[in-house]
Amino acid sequence: MNLLQELLEPTGDPDGWEAYGDEQKERVGFFTDTSVCIGCKACEVACKEWNLIPEDGRVWTGESYDHTSQLGANTWRHVAFVEQRKPLITNGDDDGSTGLRWLMESDVCKHCTHAACLDVCPTGSLFRTEFGTVVVQQDICNGCGYCVPACPFGVLDKRHIEATTDPPPAILGRKEDGRVWKCTLCYDRLKGGHEPACAKACPTKSIQFGPLEELRERADARLAKLENEGWNGAQLYGRDPDDGVGGFGAFFLLLDDPEVYGLPPDPVVTTRDLPQMWTNMLAAAGTMLVGVAALTLFGRRG
Amino acid sequence: MSEQLHPLSDLNGKPPGTTSWDRSITEAGTDMRSYYGRPILKEPVWTWEIPTYFFTGGVAGASAVLSTAAKLTGNERLSRAALYIGATADLVSPLLLISDLGRPERFHHMLRVVKVTSPMNLGSWVLLVSSGASNTAAGLELLGRLKPVKLLAEAVSTLAGPLLATYTGVLVADTAIPVWHEGRHELPWIFGASAAASAGAAASMFVPPGDAGPARRLAVAGVLAEGALMQAMELRLGKVGEVYHQGEAGKFSWAAKGLAAAGATLLAKRGRKSRTSAVLGGALVCAGELCLRWAVYKAGFQSARDPKYVVESQRRRVEQDGTKATTKPDER
Repeated sequence: MNLLQELLEPTGDPDGWEAYGDEQKERVGFFTDTSVCIGCKACEVACKEWNLIPEDGRVWTGESYDHTSQLGANTWRHVAFVEQRKPLITNGDDDGSTGLRWLMESDVCKHCTHAACLDVCPTGSLFRTEFGTVVVQQDICNGCGYCVPACPFGVLDKRHIEATTDPPPAILGRKEDGRVWKCTLCYDRLKGGHEPACAKACPTKSIQFGPLEELRERADARLAKLENEGWNGAQLYGRDPDDGVGGFGAFFLLLDDPEVYGLPPDPVVTTRDLPQMWTNMLAAAGTMLVGVAALTLFGRRG
Repeated sequence: MSEQLHPLSDLNGKPPGTTSWDRSITEAGTDMRSYYGRPILKEPVWTWEIPTYFFTGGVAGASAVLSTAAKLTGNERLSRAALYIGATADLVSPLLLISDLGRPERFHHMLRVVKVTSPMNLGSWVLLVSSGASNTAAGLELLGRLKPVKLLAEAVSTLAGPLLATYTGVLVADTAIPVWHEGRHELPWIFGASAAASAGAAASMFVPPGDAGPARRLAVAGVLAEGALMQAMELRLGKVGEVYHQGEAGKFSWAAKGLAAAGATLLAKRGRKSRTSAVLGGALVCAGELCLRWAVYKAGFQSARDPKYVVESQRRRVEQDGTKATTKPDER
């Protein structure tokens, strides 16, 4: 019930986080600064290795250096590559450069303050950790798939390949894993006091891990610096706690609009409309009850 | 977004290295308003069981109400038929849902919590109550025993029925998919009307015309209401709603309208006189309502597949209300 209360009167804190009481830890997250990303994909590799994520096909996409294309059940860090005929620096007069730039961005689950996946999960498999992050409990998930279209970023997906751990019982004749997987912000590493594998592996500090408040300050300073230097299109994405999902736990510094990187320009947690949707549904159900009864009670029998 | 940015979303299934571009990747990247035309959202991973369940759940829910109302007017024949139809649909529904799960053996995990923020969780509880009640009532009716328990079970299933028939509208509306979420005002009403139509149509097939008047009225009224609500939704959705006229959703939408209209006309004109017409009309309406659920289901996939629906509707919102998702230097 307190989940509905949080829908009606959302606080700035992640939903369900305060339930930890004394065991609540400082909220942590990622600040991914794409202005220093070099597209090495060490984060993708480190993530796969640490989390034992299966290989998911090798496809030559022709889309710059990107061959994983999107986040999904088997890709929890995804580096996007965009080549552009746009100058990197625009400070008044043209600097006479070639006007070419190569954008790279390491995408990840946003660990939303108000997370739609967590709200709609019917089993309670998706939960809020003591660190304020969002994690799928693999021993609970029954693969209903509701979180998949609920996520405004398209982060979650069902794993269709054979289960590497905890396979389904043979009697069902199914081999595929059938559960939903996503970034855990390395919950196991956090528990042990370590930083997530991707941040650890990042050679340029494009992926920064830390307490969210501190990361926000660091991002503000970085944006101010880039502004001074005249970087073209620099903007923070998901930094503001007033956005449609209450701020991201993993936010970004981008050099072009979010949609260019395959990110939604104004994501909202759709469950915020749920109180209104339930009321509307009750009205429809009541009307249906009365309508069906009226059509039956009044009028000819034959 | 220019046309040549889109074909790449169809890459799946193509042999590696066969992607061709009309122009250099740099030129494409410079104008790009989406990431190589790839979807921003994930398409649902649901399979055929889900839209079929939307139909059977609707039949079950509306049949429960029809059965009780018919009983109140002393129309025992119609009441009993609707009870059995509803119980059967209520029996098939959970099987469809379990079959769709990635881990069917874990279906009972749905019932380890009660969660008001999850339409699927509350829906599972409603289905459990409705299915339990209607099948108890039908079983006792068959056996002719324990009348007080049967009455109680009928009362419970009558109250749970409308919830079962309409919550599925909230279920799809509570997602990030534009055509579903933006249709949240109409979807529970459309599903409710469609449920009423299919329950009436199913009962008209199994009850002699002399007792099936209420069922035929229900079928015709349901088809009319559902058609009007669908038009209203498409009108309000504007461009986001265009998926209802494209691809598979378009075909199902067209089939839904044609079948339901033909069936309702047949029921209204000849359903009272001819049993054959009643059976045929009822079957046509049921087929139409099943197609309607498929149209809504497929529309969601198409809406998720093309990033323009997400980008364009959210950009419009940003222009109207301003946005907090991005922080630019000049805005600080």
